[in-house]
Amino acid sequence: MSRDTALVSADWAEENLETPGLVFVEVDEDTTAYDGGHIPGAIKIDWKKDLQDPVRRDFVNQEQFAALLSERGISNDDTVILYGGNNNWFAAYAYWYFKLYGHEAVKLLDGGRKKWELDARVYTKDVPVRAKTSYVAKAPNLEIRAFRDEVVQAIGVKNLVDVRSPDEFAGRLLAPAHLPQEQSQRAGHIPTAISVPWSKAANEDGTFKSDEELAKIYGEAGLDGGKDTIAYCRIGERSSHTWFVLKELLGHENVKNYDGSWTEYGSLIGVPIALGDEPGKA
Amino acid sequence: MTVPTTANTAAGCAAPDQSAPLPSSVDLAKETVITGIVRNADSEAVGGAYVRLLDSSGEFTAEVVSSPEGVFRFFAAPGSWTVKALSRHGNGELAVDAVLGVNEIALNVATA
Repeated sequence: MSRDTALVSADWAEENLETPGLVFVEVDEDTTAYDGGHIPGAIKIDWKKDLQDPVRRDFVNQEQFAALLSERGISNDDTVILYGGNNNWFAAYAYWYFKLYGHEAVKLLDGGRKKWELDARVYTKDVPVRAKTSYVAKAPNLEIRAFRDEVVQAIGVKNLVDVRSPDEFAGRLLAPAHLPQEQSQRAGHIPTAISVPWSKAANEDGTFKSDEELAKIYGEAGLDGGKDTIAYCRIGERSSHTWFVLKELLGHENVKNYDGSWTEYGSLIGVPIALGDEPGKA
Repeated sequence: MTVPTTANTAAGCAAPDQSAPLPSSVDLAKETVITGIVRNADSEAVGGAYVRLLDSSGEFTAEVVSSPEGVFRFFAAPGSWTVKALSRHGNGELAVDAVLGVNEIALNVATA
């Protein structure tokens, strides 16, 4: 993968809003943003209602993903352009789902809603009607998803990239600073993880930094290009953003997103935890 | 969206409704809330502004979108922070020395 295949610009998107075979999808946790105005022709996916299983603590399975895309009118032949708020966190998360379930023709809109807004581009409240399809999802590609046991085994062995803010990494905060801090699990990070906040990869307008800048950021942070990598955050959406950077923009081969992330790891009994600003020892 | 009445934990990372009152579960004896209104040069509230919280080293910590009434809110920790807004109406920033409880600030944006 590369920037040319994984990313589209706002200019390109604006010119291709009516191109057949393209489906623009806004992905957010709070879909009131979509309801208040969205990119013309875009449909919405609600990260929580549509992409999380309502009962099990997991995301939608193969059948649920197929049912969702069929219901929204996305076919296997469509090229899906994802964008959203929060600097594309949830759009990047959805991108990872599409790849996980074998939909190769998927791209992120660089800068997401934020750049669209700051550029003062046009929104609409019109909701498009798309005919239902019979979408077929593939079996999940677990080469891009990490589970907890694998993460524990990766301590001191693989690159572990903690993409939360420095205060969350050090254990001074339990959640991003726009959320209340009370939580039950322990604070800190996985020992030997390097701290590269997701925000390092983004410009202020939400677009991704250049490949040269990105390579420098992860290189200087100590990411070993010869090792496999697992990225994590608190619930797996910010780490999808970094997974996208490492795998899809920079083309690293073996990069997984640990979607259980700190919410799971910091609640496990008996696993090692490091506190403070340093990675810590294995 | 409605603000959860229980502790906002693993549900997600999207910002709660910025104009809603503080959830009753928020314990102001423990929380450091930085809140305020984004206004433009004509003192009008600016909704849809991207308001980001930077830590004392200038590192990005969090970002929310201001409500239609211009309101934003962060749950931080006591200490030095910078609050910065980007919007269609220009940008602005302000340094804050936050203490436990509610820290209210006025954030003005203007075109450069």
